[in-house]
Amino acid sequence: MKILVCISHVPDTTSKINFTDNNTIFDTSGVQYVINPYDEFVLTRAMWFKEKQGASVTVVNVGNTTTEPTLRKALAIGADDAIRVNADPTDGFYVAKQLAEVAKNGNYDLILAGKESIDYNGGMVPGMLASILNYNFINACIALEVEGTNVKASKEIDGGKESFTCQLPLVIGGQKGVVEEKDLRIPNMRGIMMARKKPLSVVEPVAFEPTTTVLNFEKPDAKSAVKLVDADNVGELVNLLHNEAKVI
Amino acid sequence: MSVLVFAESTEGKFKKIAFEAISYGKKVAGLMNTSLSVLTVNAGDTAELSNYGAEKIIKVTNDKLATFNAKAYADVVSQVAEKENAKVIIIDSRANGLYLAPIVSVNLNAGYASNVVAAPSSTSPFKVKRNAFSNKAFSNIEINTPIKVIGLAKNSFGLIENKVNSSDETFSPVLEDSDFNVKSTSVDTAKGKVTIADADIVVSGGRGLKGPENWGMIEELAEVLGAATACSKPVSDLGWRPHSEHVGQTGKPVASNLYIAVGISGAIQHLAGINSSKVKVVINTDPEAPFFKAADYGIVGDAFDVVPKLIEKLKEFKAQNA
Repeated sequence: MKILVCISHVPDTTSKINFTDNNTIFDTSGVQYVINPYDEFVLTRAMWFKEKQGASVTVVNVGNTTTEPTLRKALAIGADDAIRVNADPTDGFYVAKQLAEVAKNGNYDLILAGKESIDYNGGMVPGMLASILNYNFINACIALEVEGTNVKASKEIDGGKESFTCQLPLVIGGQKGVVEEKDLRIPNMRGIMMARKKPLSVVEPVAFEPTTTVLNFEKPDAKSAVKLVDADNVGELVNLLHNEAKVI
Repeated sequence: MSVLVFAESTEGKFKKIAFEAISYGKKVAGLMNTSLSVLTVNAGDTAELSNYGAEKIIKVTNDKLATFNAKAYADVVSQVAEKENAKVIIIDSRANGLYLAPIVSVNLNAGYASNVVAAPSSTSPFKVKRNAFSNKAFSNIEINTPIKVIGLAKNSFGLIENKVNSSDETFSPVLEDSDFNVKSTSVDTAKGKVTIADADIVVSGGRGLKGPENWGMIEELAEVLGAATACSKPVSDLGWRPHSEHVGQTGKPVASNLYIAVGISGAIQHLAGINSSKVKVVINTDPEAPFFKAADYGIVGDAFDVVPKLIEKLKEFKAQNA
């Protein structure tokens, strides 16, 4: 089975979010970049398929040269090779088009992506990619089994989970559950050493007009300080929630 | 031309977010000087939709669509959008909405703005504000394509009552076998419980509660409030509560009116998931807990003392306001 794992290069969760250039650009100073947390779950699952079933695993990212260290981390976790599409991930549809081109060229059976990236929260690339390729698609995927071309998967639904069967080829938008958090792979020394020698090829993007443009960013209004209520006066909290906050 | 809203129904009934989507659609239709059409699939009584401005209600009834299937539903939305010459299509952000919207976008070659929180600031060019950076910021984006798909964030735009006379029509979509290649085999839901996605109030417990045996008071507090129960990541990892209750960055997002956090310190990953809640209440013994900085109201105290008192006061309050 040929697996393609789509990796987003994102600021670490604890990053301070600030903007420069009149709020048009995310301020990267002091920011640590990591593999998108949702992508980590599907990448570890890909490793499982590699080890148990001999699948090959290619990782791909749409980004400029600054994303290569993140691709190398994915190689260090165990992917076989990496592809960087040399373009800025300007919008979800554009990214999906680029990934579709890579997918078509490589003839992948299974495409794994995190269901959304923690910076833009578009949540659209996996679904768009599947549509463009006319592959089966399961979003919010929390469990994935593949035997031959037969797939059994589960997705999270409001209030529970739903299970599905289908055939490859398939795209999934994955999240925690595809593997457990405690089972996430992290690069070890050997992986990091080997990653240096694994192929990382750079391809030029195909022409496609982005469908959306980011004009600028805004930060939420500063929060006022918490109103503390005495533990001996809990009734006051009920009063505030009803009369002031009007939420009960 | 028109604005089209897909009003999702569950077991024939509409949730609040469907009315939010119609309110939003009505607003956009007004800004664009055009009419609003609302699509329903296997819905029961659609009369309530008229309260929010649904001028035209397009009803699809089909056995094959009895359970949700993203590709099939996206096909239906796309066909109706084409029939109605819809320039803006509004879909909610429940699990099914998030699943089908990207497919609709590709079907219609439409730009898609997800997690939208406000009416467009202009419609030509079409500009909207959306959540970004895990609810720590907003991005203002322009959709450049002739047809636009909007994913409306929960509990952001609100409800606008606008009673109109609605006309009903039925539509029979063309469904292909290939729409159903992904087959549902089983559905597992905790019946009867308010889900985190739909709840106006969420009561959440953390490690401060010391053990799963202490969750009785959390459940009781939730019951008094008609709330959903949730938990922090460590609690879910420890197996004290089911994974489905985990809220936070890699858990479920919470966008309720009220979020009550008991014994949760407020790690950044937790806050990232609950940031869209309108009012946050924190109960914690540690006055230095980071959560107090993110809270609107707080009580520094022992949960085992405070929560029972809160339950009692809420019961009194309910009795007085019955």
